[in-house]
Amino acid sequence: MSGAALSTRRLDKRFGSLVVASDINLVIPQGVRYALIGPNGAGKTTLINLITGMLRPDAGKIILGDADITAFRPDARVKRGLVRTFQINALFPHLNALEAVTLAVCERRGVSGRWWRPLPAYGEAVEEAYAILGSLKLDADCCRLTRELAYGQQRLLEIALALATRPKVLLLDEPAAGVPREESAELFAAIAGLSKDITVLFIEHDMDIVFRFASRIIVMVGGRILLEGTPQEIAADARVREVYLGGEAP
Amino acid sequence: MAITSRAAFDPKHYLQARTQWHPIEYAFWAATLLPFILFPNHLVLASQIAITALFALSLDLILGYAGIVSLGHAAFFGLGAYTAGILSKHGWTDPLIGLLAGCAVAGLAGYATSFIIARFRHLPLIMITMGLGFLLLEAANSAEWLTGGSDGLQGVRKGRLFATIPFDLYGYTAYAYSLVVLFVVFLAVRRLINSPFGLSLRGIRENSVRMPAIGAPSRAHIRKVYTISASVAGIAGAVLTQTTATVSLGVLDFQRSAEIVIILVLGGAGRLYGGLVGAIIFMVARDQFSGIAPQYWYFWIGALLVAVVMLLPNGILGGLAQLGARWRGGSS
Repeated sequence: MSGAALSTRRLDKRFGSLVVASDINLVIPQGVRYALIGPNGAGKTTLINLITGMLRPDAGKIILGDADITAFRPDARVKRGLVRTFQINALFPHLNALEAVTLAVCERRGVSGRWWRPLPAYGEAVEEAYAILGSLKLDADCCRLTRELAYGQQRLLEIALALATRPKVLLLDEPAAGVPREESAELFAAIAGLSKDITVLFIEHDMDIVFRFASRIIVMVGGRILLEGTPQEIAADARVREVYLGGEAP
Repeated sequence: MAITSRAAFDPKHYLQARTQWHPIEYAFWAATLLPFILFPNHLVLASQIAITALFALSLDLILGYAGIVSLGHAAFFGLGAYTAGILSKHGWTDPLIGLLAGCAVAGLAGYATSFIIARFRHLPLIMITMGLGFLLLEAANSAEWLTGGSDGLQGVRKGRLFATIPFDLYGYTAYAYSLVVLFVVFLAVRRLINSPFGLSLRGIRENSVRMPAIGAPSRAHIRKVYTISASVAGIAGAVLTQTTATVSLGVLDFQRSAEIVIILVLGGAGRLYGGLVGAIIFMVARDQFSGIAPQYWYFWIGALLVAVVMLLPNGILGGLAQLGARWRGGSS
């Protein structure tokens, strides 16, 4: 489908007899904020793993823009603008925040393999990294080691690393996992403030947040997509209420 | 590190300040000249230390910076040593040619094996590096026509530096040569670890799973650093051959691979100077302890290793850095 930032066709994945993704067809237009919801074990993270190449699908296709990327390695997908963050912090504990983001910027600029000139010689990359940290209000702590940052700041650094790659499509796996509720709204405000050129799909359990920040919602159950629609449609759907939103079975 | 004024913070200057030469570094390199004056009778030992330090530096690149543990690094040291030896036997006695050839052969072997190395981590990686080390040792053992097998390579000739300066019995030339090679390679390695590539290596060490998610081709980085590390190890091996005019299977021995890991861990891995300090301590300790009890000197190395790892998990330099930080924290 042309015009879509990201789409999947009939994605299937099973672990032995366990079906974790079945017949996943997605069409995600550019610039939209999508939420991916579903009960635990619905296959949400698996879907992100499949899309980003951390897992290989048994069948089906993944299309980014116009290109079939199904066979691409994860780092090649990132280079094409398909980027993710992790539910559990996957950071660089003994790099400081500035170094970590500079690392990602250098990688995108194609200078990560240069070994002759010192890092400060790549001033633009360093400045860019610092600006990204600033946009997420991490600049004041940019010289502290990642492992010494507050947990909420580490969640922001996850996003900063993703932004450093200049994503076209950003997949956020529970970006506010483990963050106190007051702070998670702040974190999502930062996500909502991202450029509209970036298509965002996020997994989130807090329905208030989902309905506040998503313009469309995908509901997954048992490795399948149950429903896709606007927040109003999702909220009104009886099946969704039954399987996920905690409504009593009729 | 505290930033007093946010507005004045310049990330470029901050990184630049971190790559600048520390006064202690100047002092360290100045001190490497002391043996010429203070211990003129121990210059042979001093050159052995410089060669070991160079070998440790090569291991630090992969172990300390990229987190690739190898128990077979003597393979590259040995390749460099045999290459230089075989060349000199056949008339190519110019040390610099031997040096470059040893570097090239070890580097090629490093590049060839890096495709396997880059696919594994942790225990499997240690087993593979060990296995490759054994393969090469036994290959050299059986290829008597080339290496002399267990008798060692016969007919290694001492060259003259720049076709004029001979290697003397007291080790003046040997130490000067080893030290200059060590220093030049050190400068290159220092540049490397302060470069974007050096940062990529630390990224791999810190979280190899995250690297692909920021678009980093980790395996390509690992192949590259492994090749560079093997080349440096080859240089160290070549210098050993050239300064001692002997090559035996010992250069490929498992014990050499294990010792260099011990040296790096003693000194502090991932700290650039760790291997250098470790080499000094280890080699001097070996010299002293083996004087006391030639058969049991490894007992003391064992005690030293256990004590350092228990008390200073980041090695001697790591411990010193911690002390320094505490002292600065306490005095301010």
